[in-house]
Amino acid sequence: MPRPFTPKVVTANALLEGDVVYLAEDGSWTRRLSEAELLTDEADAQIRLIEAEKRTSEVVGVYLADMAPGDAGPEPVHFREAFRRTGPSNRFHGKQADA
Amino acid sequence: MYRYDEFDAAFVAERNRQFRAQVERRIDGSLTEEEFRPLRLMNGLYLQLHAYMLRVAIPYGTLDSAKMRQLAYLAERWDKGYGHFTTRQNIQYNWPELRDVPDMLDALAEVGMHAIQTSGNTIRNVTADHFAGAAADEIADPRPVAELIRQWSTDHPEFQFLPRKFKIAVTGAPNDRAVTAAHDIGLRIVRNDAGEIGYAVLVGGGLGRTPMIGKVINGFVSQADLLPYLEAIVSVWNLLGRRDNKYKARIKITVHEHGIDAIREMVEARFAEVRPQFSGVDLELLRGIEAQFAAPAFRNAPTDAYDAARDADPVFRAWADTNLSAHRAPGYAIVEISLKAHGATPGDATAEQMRVMADLAERFGHDELRISHEQNVVLPHVHKSDLPELHAILRAHGLATANIGLVSDIIACPGMDYCALATARSIPIAQEIATRFDELKIEHEIGALKIKISGCINACGHHHVGHIGILGLDRAGVENYQITLGGDHTQDAALGERTGPGFSAEEIVPAIETIVTTYLSEREGPGETFLETYRRVGMGPFKAALYPAKGTSKDEARADAA
Ligand code: SF4
Repeated sequence: MPRPFTPKVVTANALLEGDVVYLAEDGSWTRRLSEAELLTDEADAQIRLIEAEKRTSEVVGVYLADMAPGDAGPEPVHFREAFRRTGPSNRFHGKQADA
Repeated sequence: MYRYDEFDAAFVAERNRQFRAQVERRIDGSLTEEEFRPLRLMNGLYLQLHAYMLRVAIPYGTLDSAKMRQLAYLAERWDKGYGHFTTRQNIQYNWPELRDVPDMLDALAEVGMHAIQTSGNTIRNVTADHFAGAAADEIADPRPVAELIRQWSTDHPEFQFLPRKFKIAVTGAPNDRAVTAAHDIGLRIVRNDAGEIGYAVLVGGGLGRTPMIGKVINGFVSQADLLPYLEAIVSVWNLLGRRDNKYKARIKITVHEHGIDAIREMVEARFAEVRPQFSGVDLELLRGIEAQFAAPAFRNAPTDAYDAARDADPVFRAWADTNLSAHRAPGYAIVEISLKAHGATPGDATAEQMRVMADLAERFGHDELRISHEQNVVLPHVHKSDLPELHAILRAHGLATANIGLVSDIIACPGMDYCALATARSIPIAQEIATRFDELKIEHEIGALKIKISGCINACGHHHVGHIGILGLDRAGVENYQITLGGDHTQDAALGERTGPGFSAEEIVPAIETIVTTYLSEREGPGETFLETYRRVGMGPFKAALYPAKGTSKDEARADAA
């Protein structure tokens, strides 16, 4: 039996600021994970990734990150993504400060 | 202090001009990220987890007040008001924006600094003892020879495409504070029976994935023979080094695979060929560099004010007992300013603190500052009579923590709070350990104890050589911390031994507390340090305390997971 597909979001860092960004459904880059498009179909995810990778004048280091569906949008499966969503734990900087 | 000559200034200016153009071309789309990435890395610009990071080189960790003030200015103008000093004696800015980086580099160049990493598979910046030029136990200042090696290895045609990067460290004192045994080549300045200065040469040390302690390849190499001898080592490795496998390419693997005796023979043979090409120009160059590192004019004055403050003020005395080291000039002391206030991020300093330290260096410290690999700041030359006033100013700015060398003086790499390579966090673990032992109020009773934490196998936090080492790993999507005991970064360098299965983020601080209380109950008295006790009693008691209920199902599950 094929393994069930873990839902994904397309994520990267913004070219100019370096901020963590996520691909939204309308194709824009958002700073909020809750606004990211949750990709539940593997083929769909690959296509979105390849399209996003072409946008080199906007972002750096595009990849697919594992997520779980949540009440307020995608939720990180791995702690690395939880830190990327929030910012560092030793200082109130990064996204947690912008919220 | 060593000043870059005009060639260096022109070189840095040209590199900055090029980089500015490269940034513009990246932004306007004419450079792809694949093309731009190696260019930005060459200029110290990394992309981390939440932002870009700019790493600025501080050669041999040596700074003056003008440089320190400029570092403060960068932190305020283009970052979030602070900087992070690293175990490589560098400073990192965690939040620069791409467009600003060329301006930051120009501002650094104004004070003769840069972010050029001698990156790639070359001989990297040479590091040295942070007490260089000041320590009472010093045979000679290690920085001139470090600078000589830098000049010799920069652009050396044979060494531009080595099997892997290559790191050299130098200590000028028998008490090794430069971790020379954990470098590809470690040099220890020694005197022979005739009283001549030379170098004991260690080779094949390194931390990271396959940690190794360097081995002595030659107990005494004369000053005149040093560069040809180093050249012989590097060229033997260049020939034998494993280029097929990145993880086996470092010289530590070459030494391990061939054995130190075989390597020594090959190096001697190569040395005989190379030696005649060195005419003595290198020694003249060394003498010239030495003159630029000349010691300041120390003053001769009474130290009564210091003695009086020690007697009258217990807070001052506690600080003096932990944060001062013996200076080679009478009446002077080496001051370590702790960047490890309990609960703070190890190695972080605010712009304001940097300015305070710059002012103190200028007023009391012959305008010299050092960054230690232990992530503290050093004022190498302070007259003791100035210490009470200096201490009062440090206190007013949260810089008088009296914990150098104690349990809360923890080395921690940035870990997963910043570093894109991390497998777990290190900073919060350091913060919690320091806070916990501060609550217990027992750190002075515990005495000398070095905890070192890395957030991944790359070991930037030197965990292998910590008395207690902590390595953060990712075990099936959960942070897990492995402990090693008995590591030593000094002249008696040793790698720590693993205690057993790792601990979760919640368990790790109690586990460290267990280790420390075990030490306190096992030691023969306050005079026996943690490391001495560990060497006497071995792993047994610590293991028994850490993993009490042997054979329970939870324990077995843990052992499986490890
Ligand atoms: S040890 Fe790993 S996590 Fe820590 S700074 Fe080095 S690469 Fe990053």
